[in-house]
Amino acid sequence: MTVCNSCRYCEGLCAVFPAMEMRRAFSDGDLNYLANLCHGCGACYVDCQFSPPHEFNVNVPQTLAIVRAESYAAYAWPQALSGAFARNGLVISIVAALSMAAFILGFAALNDRSVLFGVHTGPGAFYRLMPHNAMAALFSAAFLYAILALVMSVRAFWRDIGPPIGGRADGGSIFQAMRDAGELRYLHGGGVGCYNEDDKPTDRRKLFHHLTFYGFLLCFAATSVATLYHYLLGREAPYPWWDLPVVLGTLGGVGLIVGPVGLFAAKMRRDPALLDEQRYGMDVGFIAMLFLTGFTGMLLLILRETAVMGPLLALHLGAVFALFMTMPYGKFVHGIYRFASLVRYAQERRSEAGS
Amino acid sequence: MSSKYDVLVIGGGNAALCAAISARRGGASVLVLEGAPKFYRGGNTRHTRNMRCAHDEATEILTGPYTEEEFWEDLLRVTGGQTDEVLARHMIRESKDILNWIVEQGVRWQPSLGGTLSLGRTNSFFLGGGRAMLNALYLTAEKLGVEVEYDAEVTDLVIEDGMFLAARLKRPIKGENEIRATSLVAAAGGFEANIEWLKQYWGEAADNFLIRGTPYNRGSILKMLLAGGVQEVGDPTQCHAVAIDARAPKFDGGIITRHDSVVFGIVVNKNAKRFYDEGEDIWPKRYAIWGRLVAAQPDQIAYIIFDSTVVTSFMPTLFQPIAGQTVAELAGKLELDPAALEKTITEFNAAVQPGTFDHTILDDCRTEGITPQKTHWARRIETPPYLAYPVRPGITFTYLGTRVTREARMLMADGKLSANMFAAGEIMAGNVLGKGYAAGMGMTIGSVFGRIAGREAAKHARN
Repeated sequence: MTVCNSCRYCEGLCAVFPAMEMRRAFSDGDLNYLANLCHGCGACYVDCQFSPPHEFNVNVPQTLAIVRAESYAAYAWPQALSGAFARNGLVISIVAALSMAAFILGFAALNDRSVLFGVHTGPGAFYRLMPHNAMAALFSAAFLYAILALVMSVRAFWRDIGPPIGGRADGGSIFQAMRDAGELRYLHGGGVGCYNEDDKPTDRRKLFHHLTFYGFLLCFAATSVATLYHYLLGREAPYPWWDLPVVLGTLGGVGLIVGPVGLFAAKMRRDPALLDEQRYGMDVGFIAMLFLTGFTGMLLLILRETAVMGPLLALHLGAVFALFMTMPYGKFVHGIYRFASLVRYAQERRSEAGS
Repeated sequence: MSSKYDVLVIGGGNAALCAAISARRGGASVLVLEGAPKFYRGGNTRHTRNMRCAHDEATEILTGPYTEEEFWEDLLRVTGGQTDEVLARHMIRESKDILNWIVEQGVRWQPSLGGTLSLGRTNSFFLGGGRAMLNALYLTAEKLGVEVEYDAEVTDLVIEDGMFLAARLKRPIKGENEIRATSLVAAAGGFEANIEWLKQYWGEAADNFLIRGTPYNRGSILKMLLAGGVQEVGDPTQCHAVAIDARAPKFDGGIITRHDSVVFGIVVNKNAKRFYDEGEDIWPKRYAIWGRLVAAQPDQIAYIIFDSTVVTSFMPTLFQPIAGQTVAELAGKLELDPAALEKTITEFNAAVQPGTFDHTILDDCRTEGITPQKTHWARRIETPPYLAYPVRPGITFTYLGTRVTREARMLMADGKLSANMFAAGEIMAGNVLGKGYAAGMGMTIGSVFGRIAGREAAKHARN
């Protein structure tokens, strides 16, 4: 950091360096803020005259990746579960396996064999396996818990990074941060693209991240619309292929399959010098969960009128349940902390411009 | 003759790559031989960050116009008139178009960096710094089909009667020990990392110099050219040298070891005596004189002394200042005579006249009655802790070079034009810079003459 602050050549590459320059000394909270502001595009590594093998051994992307991963554990709520980050791949696979198994066993135990492997069509087909209210209650509970844990975590983070330099906090900053996050403004290597396997920039990770993120949002929108259909219009799933929840879900599902596969491929090719390899399990675990959610969802759509619908529904629900449960304790949190950091950065920039 | 190229470029920095790209765009087959390994490619360009180009209007990144005439006057002032006016004016004129040309080669600009506002009008900054600029040039060159070899040390140049025939290699490239080419562009920098060579002019003092760039700038190509009959230009003791932290590594400490705090305090030598007006002119115009000043002091060491009131007035540096609660304690840590340092500071404090401090202009805070005077920004050093940076001369690049024409073609010692040899960058900087320096000039010389040299070398090869 001292090297960076006395050099400043990278100032124009992204938000991290201007934010760094507003400070002369760095508390843990400051470091966690900078680490979460970093999108890991790698430009400052490729452009740095002091990166290894230089004796100053400056590697900003890797250093911040390590700090970032540590910050996830530091702010986890409840703290007793922060250990989940240390062996994240293992935790996520166990939770995923258990949830899927629980749904399959639950379906088998509560239903007749002929129901589990039966062909169900028409409105309410899914609810012959699991009553709608039970499904809604279970997932609402899981979702609300995830929200609670995330809110508590980000609150701890927000307090720890301290007040913004300049003191301004307003709605405009949130809007600016939404734009910055929505377009992944800082995952661009200073304009040329993200650095991956070598010193030639590409924009692949940005594209696949967009597919994943917007795929996730579309799936979420599909579920929300379906919930409204159910309670407001009294229309029960499954819906025909042209209906809004299915269209949204299909588009989102494609995003959630292509996006994670692309991100995984990019991760495999990426120069290990840029990564915190300790966190490989966490990154891949989250990618895998998203992929599984999308993949089982799409299979369910295609095969919903056959006898495998029952087991597939169990798998899909298991995947979604596990995704919710592990959200506050996995890579999902990166988006939340990064968004909070972008808000803080926007506040500081606006204070600076205003002063 | 399998390995005969139209244009051979020796060197791998800004000048070399501009030459390679411009020659390739001119239709020539081009090979670049970079003596350093890939990570250290580009010589001093790695450590640069901006370029000084003339422009008639403000741009997105430049805050106002900087006319050819103003550029010329700045050059005249820093060199004390030791420049080749025809060549220099030509370079300044060409620099205007370089602002756009270099962007076409993939280099990106950004507004001037924090702490360098005084350069915002005259100098254009590379987004991401010099290594980012190099990366962009290499990408473009390779896309165009320029061949690049690293660790490609040239051991000898075969020159006959002012005509380049071949370059001999330390390690074979594609099975050949020798590369032949129709034209040569020499863009291999100065000899600043060659301590033995520096000693020829500086004596043992050169052992105390720190080298700001890579250890690969050994000047071997320059030496071969001069031995091959090329006309020499420039004073061999002249160079760009700044005061850098004495604790910096011998080579490649780059930007983060330099100190720009001189104007906020006083500078003493190992006898705890002041030796030059610390307030003579505004950074960065006079920033480049302190390397030479320190080089002239005993043991080539000096100490910038200031107090706690000015710590946040300048850019942070890699090394923390050495601190003492009293002047005597500080002197002890610096291994200076405490009584002598106390005397120097007491006398200085007594000589400070009242004034209104403003480090952005030549203000009226000055001393009276001591020698040397501090003519601006003089304030008492009296608030503990007392702080110091030890500094040594940091050599950026040397000015001894090959004489060239406006077409970047080398002139031979007998005054004739070389048939096919061109030079660009630090290796010919002495044509423009007899002495002194203004920020960003090195890159201007590199890009302007690199582009010209490549174009002319390609033209010669295709005739």
